[in-house]
Amino acid sequence: MNKKTKFNLLYSMIRMRMVEERISSEYSNQQMRCPVHLSVGQEAISSGICLNLKDKDQVFSAHRSHFHYLAKGGNLKQMISELFGKETGCAGGKGGSMHLIDIKAGLIAAVPIVGSTIPIGVGLAWANKLNRSNKVVVIFFGEGATEEGVFYESINFAALHNLPILFVCENNYYSVYSNIKNRQPTNRKISNVSKSMGVESYRMNGNKVEEIFTKTQKMIHSIRKNNKPILIELSTYRVLEHCGPNNDDHLNYRNKKELKRWLNNCPIEKYKEHLLKQKVLSNEELKKVYQKIDKEISQSFDFAKKSKFPKKDKLFKYIYAD
Amino acid sequence: MQTKIKNKNRNINYAEAINEALLQSMKLDKKVVVMGLGVDDPKRIFGTTNNLFEVFGKDRVFDMPTSENAITGFAIGMSLGKFKPVLCHQRVEFALLTMDQIINQAAKWFYMNNGQMNVPIVIRLIIGRGWGQGPQHSQSLENLFAGIPGLKVVSPSSAYDAKGMLISSIADKDPVIFFEHRWLHSTYSQVPNKFYKIPIGKSKIAKKGKDVTIVSSSYMTIESMKASEILKNYYIDAEVVDLRTLRPLDVNPIIKSVNKTKKLLVVDNGWTQYGISSEVITKVTTHKNFDKNIIVSRVGIADTPIPSTRSLAKLCYPDCVDICMQISKILNKNFSGLSSRFKNYRASDTPNKYFTGPF
Repeated sequence: MNKKTKFNLLYSMIRMRMVEERISSEYSNQQMRCPVHLSVGQEAISSGICLNLKDKDQVFSAHRSHFHYLAKGGNLKQMISELFGKETGCAGGKGGSMHLIDIKAGLIAAVPIVGSTIPIGVGLAWANKLNRSNKVVVIFFGEGATEEGVFYESINFAALHNLPILFVCENNYYSVYSNIKNRQPTNRKISNVSKSMGVESYRMNGNKVEEIFTKTQKMIHSIRKNNKPILIELSTYRVLEHCGPNNDDHLNYRNKKELKRWLNNCPIEKYKEHLLKQKVLSNEELKKVYQKIDKEISQSFDFAKKSKFPKKDKLFKYIYAD
Repeated sequence: MQTKIKNKNRNINYAEAINEALLQSMKLDKKVVVMGLGVDDPKRIFGTTNNLFEVFGKDRVFDMPTSENAITGFAIGMSLGKFKPVLCHQRVEFALLTMDQIINQAAKWFYMNNGQMNVPIVIRLIIGRGWGQGPQHSQSLENLFAGIPGLKVVSPSSAYDAKGMLISSIADKDPVIFFEHRWLHSTYSQVPNKFYKIPIGKSKIAKKGKDVTIVSSSYMTIESMKASEILKNYYIDAEVVDLRTLRPLDVNPIIKSVNKTKKLLVVDNGWTQYGISSEVITKVTTHKNFDKNIIVSRVGIADTPIPSTRSLAKLCYPDCVDICMQISKILNKNFSGLSSRFKNYRASDTPNKYFTGPF
């Protein structure tokens, strides 16, 4: 892997982390009045995968959508404006954090009903195949979505029609406060279920960005070449609360040892040390990275704050296209 | 009783009209695709998908797995990839498995992405009735869909309207729920060979009259028309308004008619309570031109799940004689001998004597 790719992977993760840290710190000003599902701790997955995608490839997300949006090249100013409910938002303020969209960048949709974008992504991949467009669709979802019936219906269809899709299951072990142990049998792996349904499936460490990049590069190439779906299950951990800007570990729903182990397994810190040691970048360059991103984020927040709320006439606009 | 049409042009039935709309739409636009469980099976969705597979092949006509929920999602995704899917369920009830995809996704997609991507899909839902269909194969749930902004809901009552409205629905840029009553499939009307559109959102005066306004849709328009024939025997000239589209509701022709007749009876194709009749009556009575002397009433399906046995199921549905009885109350007139004189007009548990099941 070349130095530039390594740098880009780190840059992407640091940028994501800093964006969400700013959202977290500004949330209490009560200007971003929509539910936010922050993904801090899960930076490696979307960074590692999306760097392998072409502009024309298409991504679907769910409620925890910020990183997928950013990784696919979604516009930051429009994202922050959307959280502020402004007319300059990526959905004109009609969607909020749970409905990020940037069609130009290929982030087709994010919705908060768990599992609901999975069949829609499958349908678009079906259209792509019939149109011979050679696009790859990546569908991100959590392990909770694999408890929805529509997941199985979609996997079945993707296997039946050999559709060019990378299914990405980010297993962070919690659905709101409920541990996966209370929701799925412990001796059964999600990737084994999809494999038995006819979709090539793998398990991976979700906090190792280089490994994710390298492995999914081959997978995406194979999906594009062979028109066959692949599913990957990546273990990871969300650091903050399910919904909202804060840490909620005072509620004691997560095992302290488990929490400590994952916090020590931060995808960014480890990789940063590694790249400094490998001299991919210097401390000085790293400092500049932080400064550059900080400036970009500040500009985006300023843009959002200065932007206007949509006017009355927008209320009934776009209910129908005809 | 089928309205007699001069045999100047050809008569075809509702199922054939649906089939023709599909064939012609698919010929005209190669992005139109048809999908659903059984669309290419030997029965071809009561004949409505005849020849599609033979003419357009496996890349345009798709038999689907029994995955009602995901199928709507697949159709939405296909529409994002520039296709125009026509999805079909053999009974309305199967769509209940996919209400998330219809209400949360399809209906809101264009709005929640601020007009960047629309969802041009058609979902055909067939309403069952009679021959023991029972509680889960006979529901008219148009109101469930008509209550949702972002959806369009149509429910044509004749072969002529069915063809023109299905063509319009397929050409439409929004998700359209297309209701077909199973009993309408075998009804005939004069249908032109050519490709033509009947606009969504326009009701029709099915029969002109001056004494009372009957508003109905779908199969109940057939019963309302029969009722208007019976009423002639009592020197009552009824006007029949066929809604054709349930969302958006075309209320002005109803207002105009009611202002003329001063009497309104809404015949609901579904349950009487909380349904289309509630909406029509509210729209009429809250309209700025509403005359307080106007008498308003309604009939619809009895407030119970519909049982399988014909002895009980027949008690659920109003027919032309029940409609006349309700009109006699509105007009405060006694229609002597109504029940006995017109007992042959009463609905049975089959659409016609040729229907021998099974569904």
